[in-house]
Amino acid sequence: MQLTLKIWRQKNASDKGGFATYPVDHVSKDMSFLEMLDVLNEELTEKGQDPVHFDHDCREGICGSCSLYINGKPHGPLQTTTCQLHMRSFNDGETVTIEPWRAKAFPVLKDLVVDRYAFDRIIQAGGYVSVGTGGVPDANEIPIPKTIADLAMDAAQCIGCGACVAACKNASAMLFTSAKVSQLALLPQGQVERKTRAEKMVAQMDAEGFGACTNTGACEAECPKGISITNIARMNREYFSAVVSSENL
Amino acid sequence: MILDSKIPAGPLAEKWTKHKFNSKLVNPANKRKYEVIVVGTGLAGASAAASLAELGYNVKAFTFHDSPRRAHSIAAQGGINAAKNYQNDGDSVFRLFYDTVKGGDYRAREANVYRLAEVSVKIIDQCVAQGVPFAREYGGLLSNRSFGGAQVSRTFYARGQTGQQLLLGAYSALSRQVANGKVKLYPRSEMMDVVMIDGQARGIVTRNLITGAVETHTAHAVLLCTGGYGNVFFLSTNAMGSNVTAAWRAHKRGAYFANPCFTQIHPTCIPVSGDHQSKLTLMSESLRNDGRVWVPATKETAEKLRKGEIKVNDIKEEDRDYFLERKYPSFGNLVPRDVASRNAKYVCDEGRGVNETGEAVFLDFRDAIKRDTKAIIASKYGNLFDMYKQITGEDPYQVPMMIYPAVHYTMGGLWVDYNLMTTIPGLYALGEANFSDHGANRLGASALMQGLADGYFVIPYTIGDYLAQTLPKPIDANHPEFIKAAEEVKNRISQLLKIKGKKSVDYFHKILGKIMWNECGMARSAEGLKKAKAEIKELKRDFWADVKVLGTNEELNLTLEKAHRVADFIELGELMIDDALSREESCGGHFREEYQTPEGEALRDDENFAYVAAWKYMGENQEEELHKEPLVFENVKLTQRSYK
Repeated sequence: MQLTLKIWRQKNASDKGGFATYPVDHVSKDMSFLEMLDVLNEELTEKGQDPVHFDHDCREGICGSCSLYINGKPHGPLQTTTCQLHMRSFNDGETVTIEPWRAKAFPVLKDLVVDRYAFDRIIQAGGYVSVGTGGVPDANEIPIPKTIADLAMDAAQCIGCGACVAACKNASAMLFTSAKVSQLALLPQGQVERKTRAEKMVAQMDAEGFGACTNTGACEAECPKGISITNIARMNREYFSAVVSSENL
Repeated sequence: MILDSKIPAGPLAEKWTKHKFNSKLVNPANKRKYEVIVVGTGLAGASAAASLAELGYNVKAFTFHDSPRRAHSIAAQGGINAAKNYQNDGDSVFRLFYDTVKGGDYRAREANVYRLAEVSVKIIDQCVAQGVPFAREYGGLLSNRSFGGAQVSRTFYARGQTGQQLLLGAYSALSRQVANGKVKLYPRSEMMDVVMIDGQARGIVTRNLITGAVETHTAHAVLLCTGGYGNVFFLSTNAMGSNVTAAWRAHKRGAYFANPCFTQIHPTCIPVSGDHQSKLTLMSESLRNDGRVWVPATKETAEKLRKGEIKVNDIKEEDRDYFLERKYPSFGNLVPRDVASRNAKYVCDEGRGVNETGEAVFLDFRDAIKRDTKAIIASKYGNLFDMYKQITGEDPYQVPMMIYPAVHYTMGGLWVDYNLMTTIPGLYALGEANFSDHGANRLGASALMQGLADGYFVIPYTIGDYLAQTLPKPIDANHPEFIKAAEEVKNRISQLLKIKGKKSVDYFHKILGKIMWNECGMARSAEGLKKAKAEIKELKRDFWADVKVLGTNEELNLTLEKAHRVADFIELGELMIDDALSREESCGGHFREEYQTPEGEALRDDENFAYVAAWKYMGENQEEELHKEPLVFENVKLTQRSYK
C-alpha cells in the first residue's frame, strides 16, 4: 500500500504549526496505525529530519495515551483507539490527514502531543471515595446488585483519552466527567459524597475551559470504549439535585 | 557485604504481626517534616504515594506519563488473587502462600510470600471500598474465577480490565491526596539518577520531558515503583515506554540487582506478524480456563495447514494433539505459565506450529461454545475476542485463536530486604521493580496483588522504622552531591546528542531484543549465552559510537528519551546473561538446556542453587560481583514441581 500523509507539525506550544506532507510506501495491511508512523519516523530519522511526535504507550487500547485526529475523526474511522486501528481500514493511494486533539483545554505541546492534565484536575476535584488505606469493611459486607455493578463498570471503563472532547464541536468534557460521576453515584460506596462530588467535578470542568453540552451525541459515537451519553443525563440529574439540596453551599 | 534479609524470627504466621509491632513509629507531628519521593505511579507507586500521604508524609510523585493513570498496570487483564475463600473451596492464606512458593519453583523468600498472602485479603476490601466495580454474582456478592496454575477460585476480576480498575482505584486515592496538598505530582518527568549523601538516598535527578530541564528533588526516602524490564527483549507485552532506567541508575549507585535472568514468558500472546511489529499483545490467561490448546498431531498436517491446503476446522479430532491435556492430565490447560510456554515452543520446534512463521499454536473455544453457548463465552471473554479480531482480522468464535509465548513480566529486580529496602539505605523498591515474591516464575493474577500489597500495606509500616531513625531536618538541595549528580546527567545527555552517528535507536534496540530472545529467552545454554555476551559487548561499543539522536535536549524529544533507556537496557542485557550463565540449574522461567529431567521438565539443583543471586555493580565495563542470599525453607518441602 502507498499513502500520502498530511500531518500537523508544531515545534512547541508557542509555535503556530502547520501541515506537512509525507508519502509512505510499503505499508502492510497488518500494521497498526502507530506502527505505520513508526516506519515513517525511522525514515525521517534516516534523512536527519525530526520524527513526528505523538503520545502512545500500551498499544493495547487501554492506557488512553494515543490521541490522533485522523481524517476528521478522533482515533480514525473505527470506534477504537488509534493503537488498535490497523492499516486494513485504509485504501491504497489514500491521503490521510492526521491532527492533534483540538480543544482550548488541551493545548498542543508538540506535533500531535497535547496536554490533558485538565482531566486529572477534574478527578482531583472529587472523582474518588474518601476512604483511607485500612479500616474498611469486608468486601462482601457491601452487596451490590449485579445489574448495578455492571452499569458502574460500563461507566468505569473510560480510559481518559479525550476523544469525547476532540469529537465535540463545543469541546465539552461532559462524557468524561459524567462517566466517573455515574460510576460512583451508582455504587453504594459513592453515596456519602454524592452531592459534593457532582458539584465540584462540574465546577472544575467549567474552570478548565471545556465547553457546554448541546446533546449532539458526537462523544458517544466516537468513544473507543462505548461510554454511553446516558451517563451525561445521570450527571445532570446528580448535579441539579445536588445544587437544590446541597449541604455545602 | 553480607545480605541481611531482616526476616523476623518466629513462626511464619506471626512474623509480620510481630515485625509491625517491633517497627519504630514516627510521631504524628513529625510526619509532616519528612519528604518521600515515589517514582512511578502504577499500582505500587500510586498506592504507596496515597497511603503515605494519608499518614501525613509529604509525598512527591513522579511519572514519565502525562498522567498517573497511564502506567502499564492499567493493561493487566485477568484478575487479582486473594485468599478470601469466599468460594468455600479450600483456600486459605497458607494455601496461597504454598501455591506461590511452589509456582515460583522454590526461589522466593518464604516470609515475604506469606506476608503477601496474608495481606491479600485486605486488598480486596480496600479496592471495594474505593468503588472498584469487581464482577458480582446475582446475589450481590463478589464473583471469583480460577486462574492459571491454581486449583481454587481465588481470583477477583473486573471483566477483562482488572488492572485498569485497580489502577484507577489507586489513582483516585492518589488524586484525593493531590487535592489535599499532601502529594505533589510531577507528570512527564523521568528519573535520571538517585542522589546519595553519606551513603543514603536523599533525592533524585529528573529530566522534564517537555522542557528538557534537568532538576533535582530532595527527600528523606526514595521509593522506586518503576515496573519491570521486559522491554530488554524489544518485543514484549510491556508498554512502549516501560523501561529499566530508574532501577538501573540505582543499581549503578550501589543497589544490588537480584535474579535478573528470571523473566516470564507468557503463553497466550498474539503471534508476531511482521518486521514492523512494535509490541506484542497479551490475550488474558483466563482464556485457558475454557480454551483448549492444540496443534496438529503430525508435522505433515501442520505443513498442509500452513500452506493453506486444509482449513483448521476440517482437521479431525484424532488428528489434533491437545498436548497440555495429554502431558499434564490433572492440570491440563491450566499448567503454570512457564510450563505452558515451553511446551508450545517444543511443539513448534517439532515443526507442528500453525501459522505462516511456524511459531503459533491454537487456542480453541469450539468445545466451550458447544457446551456453554456463544452468549456465555461472549459474556466472559467478549472484549478479548473483539481485541483479537481487531488485531488479526480473524473471528475467534469461528476459528481457533492463534497464540505464541511472549515476554510478559520480570520476576528479577532490585534486591530488597523484608522491609522492601534495597542495599542503599533509604532507597526502596516496590512492585515489579523488586525481586522478592515470585521466585523463578510468577503465578497468574499475582502481580496486581503484589503491587498493591507493597504499596497499601507493607511500605506504610516499614518506612516508619527507617524514618524514625532519621532526623526530620530538611535536606539541603544545594548539597554538592545534588549539583554533581545533575552535572553527570547533563553530561550524559550531551554525550548522546554529540555522537551524531548513522544508526537509529530502534536499530540497536531490535538487535538487542533478538540476541536476548534467542539466547536468554525460553531456553538457554552456556554456549549460546557466552556468544550473546560477546555480541552485547560489541553492540554497546557500536551504540556509543554510532547512534543517531536528533534534535536538542531543550524540547520534547522522544528519540533522546528512548536513547537513554536503550543504553541502560544494553547494560542490563549483559547482566541478565551473566546471571543466566552462573545459575547452572533450571527453575521456573529459567530453563537451561543442560539441566532437564528425562521428560524435559526443569531440573532444579537445590543443593547448590537455592539462593537469591544479587549482583553488585563494580564500575563501567567491569564484571559485576555475585552475592548470594541463601533461601531457607522451613514450612514447605522442596519437591520437583509436577502438574501431571
